[in-house]
Amino acid sequence: MSNFINQLAYGLADGSILALAALGFVLIYKATGVINFAQGEFLLVGAYMFYTAFVVLQLPLVLAVVFGVVVATIIGVLVERLILRPMVGENPISIIMVTIGLSMFMKAVVQAFYGTTPKSQPAILPRSSVEFLGATIPLNRLLAIVIAAVVLTAFTIFFRRSRHGVAMRAVADDQQAAMTMGISVRRIFAMAWALAAVSALIAGVLLGDISAVDQNIAAFGLMVFPVVILGGLDSVPGTIVGGLTIGLLHQFTAAYWDAGLAGVVPYIALVLILLVRPYGIFGETRIERV
Amino acid sequence: MAATSTGIHHRSYTSELRLRATKAEYFRLGLMTVLLLVLPFVLDNYWLSIANTIMIAVIGAVGLNILVGYTGQISLGQGGFMAVGAYSSAILSDRIGLPTPLAILLAVLLTAAVGVFFGLPGLRLKGLYLAIATLASQVIIEFLVRRDYGDFLTEGLGYLNVDRFEFLGFKIGGRDVFEQQWYWILMILAVLAVVSARNIFRTGLGRSFMAVRDQDIAAEAIGVNLTRAKLTAFAVSSAFVGLAGSLTAHYSEVVSWEKFTLDVSILYLAMIIVGGLGSVAGAVYGAIFMTLLPELIRRLANALESTLPFLGDQLPAVRNATFGAIIIAFLIFEPRGLDRIWQRMKDYFRFWPFRY
Repeated sequence: MSNFINQLAYGLADGSILALAALGFVLIYKATGVINFAQGEFLLVGAYMFYTAFVVLQLPLVLAVVFGVVVATIIGVLVERLILRPMVGENPISIIMVTIGLSMFMKAVVQAFYGTTPKSQPAILPRSSVEFLGATIPLNRLLAIVIAAVVLTAFTIFFRRSRHGVAMRAVADDQQAAMTMGISVRRIFAMAWALAAVSALIAGVLLGDISAVDQNIAAFGLMVFPVVILGGLDSVPGTIVGGLTIGLLHQFTAAYWDAGLAGVVPYIALVLILLVRPYGIFGETRIERV
Repeated sequence: MAATSTGIHHRSYTSELRLRATKAEYFRLGLMTVLLLVLPFVLDNYWLSIANTIMIAVIGAVGLNILVGYTGQISLGQGGFMAVGAYSSAILSDRIGLPTPLAILLAVLLTAAVGVFFGLPGLRLKGLYLAIATLASQVIIEFLVRRDYGDFLTEGLGYLNVDRFEFLGFKIGGRDVFEQQWYWILMILAVLAVVSARNIFRTGLGRSFMAVRDQDIAAEAIGVNLTRAKLTAFAVSSAFVGLAGSLTAHYSEVVSWEKFTLDVSILYLAMIIVGGLGSVAGAVYGAIFMTLLPELIRRLANALESTLPFLGDQLPAVRNATFGAIIIAFLIFEPRGLDRIWQRMKDYFRFWPFRY
């Protein structure tokens, strides 16, 4: 039982980080219609940017976070400006491939500057643990869940209440109608990429703190695909449900069955979901079929 | 997407169907033949090994282009399909003891079948969903090969050693003639692959692939059987890819899962983007370009060793960054690739001194 609760906490922590990563993916897809294959690399770059600020430049934690957020925003806006904007109106295959090229580029640049060895980073979240129902649960996992929940809530409130959030939803709903209402679609696109980069940064930093800052973060980030397919490509609540489900599935497979299999089980789930319900649990049921 | 050259006016359907129409095209064909025949006698073993790698890449890229460029079904599962071809032909020839060409043939058929299986989601899914589904198939095949349940594939070694290619008493020789003899085999197969791919797109079947790509609903309305066209495209394309995979196995004489990762899938996608989506010649240009590029980068890094040691230290990363940047650059600036650039150059000279 205690082991079960432990695994539950681990799975939920992974799952909430995945939900954050998937949130960025869904933001971009909803606002701009682009499938971002580079989401995992945004996590990777975010984690390394924070590492640079926190360890290499020796900035205090708050400043390091600010540095990370600023750099992530700049990268997000630049990617939208330089790479995705010229691609507007191209066929989906080209747009998918451009993000694949971007993912390869970002990963290789990180590797060129930081190498492949894992970077050690002083713990941000406390490493102590708490007793709960006879299980010893590391505090940093619980805090990761809390932080992810707070960020996800903040994003939800942003979409519901703030002017820019409402504008983003309007663009996602109908670009032309939003334009006639005087919303700058270009600015919304840039904002979507910037917000996605920031949510990926938070996910990357959390992941780096509870595991390690290395290239595996990108592979972890690739798991956003099972998450968003399960939750629905255009659904924010779907990312939370999908993220937690895939996180738990991954963790329980690793703990009770086979650690190697754990890496592939989310993808098997993905194929099954695609066969049964391709638009996911919460996704809009508007899939084109011939 | 297939770029038509301007200034060539056909007067009959027969002449339009012909592979070559102008004298210049026959001249280039002759030049190409001479080049291919002379190459093994002028290149040293090192460059011949690169030429051989290019030949295999050509087969794989032409296969992928049939699916992605001509039928419009994006696939990220290239690496996985190559693995199917490589492992099955290695096991069939070495462990079961079939003659190697028969083993390769069976491996090709098996890969085609696997391709059809993973193409099934493509019947319901389009664009992004299909990309994600084939990504999943890549991850799953890669895992199965890597994990090797019951040690069936590699008998616990983690990799497979493949015997030297042998057929009807002919055996590939030692180090001094190895590359040259392989060159003949691979060159003939690559030429066959290119010619048969070009011919597919002169038939009704090939035209139906293109119809599916351009507008699937309209294609169905004019009588194209979508299910059949899509699945055939997956089968034909995977057959080419399986051939490339099994040739990789027999040529390099060792099979391990590292050769068939997601990076390989992306590399092949890069080839057809750089070369030109929906063009057989483009796939060839792309395969040549992307195989020579790492070599070029390596030489550049060596030459700049003293001024920029960073390049040489981080060679794999620099190479991947260049690949990524090239994919992005081509998609933004010349989405129809090298083939289109070549086409434009020809047009320029054909009309010179006029602009058009």
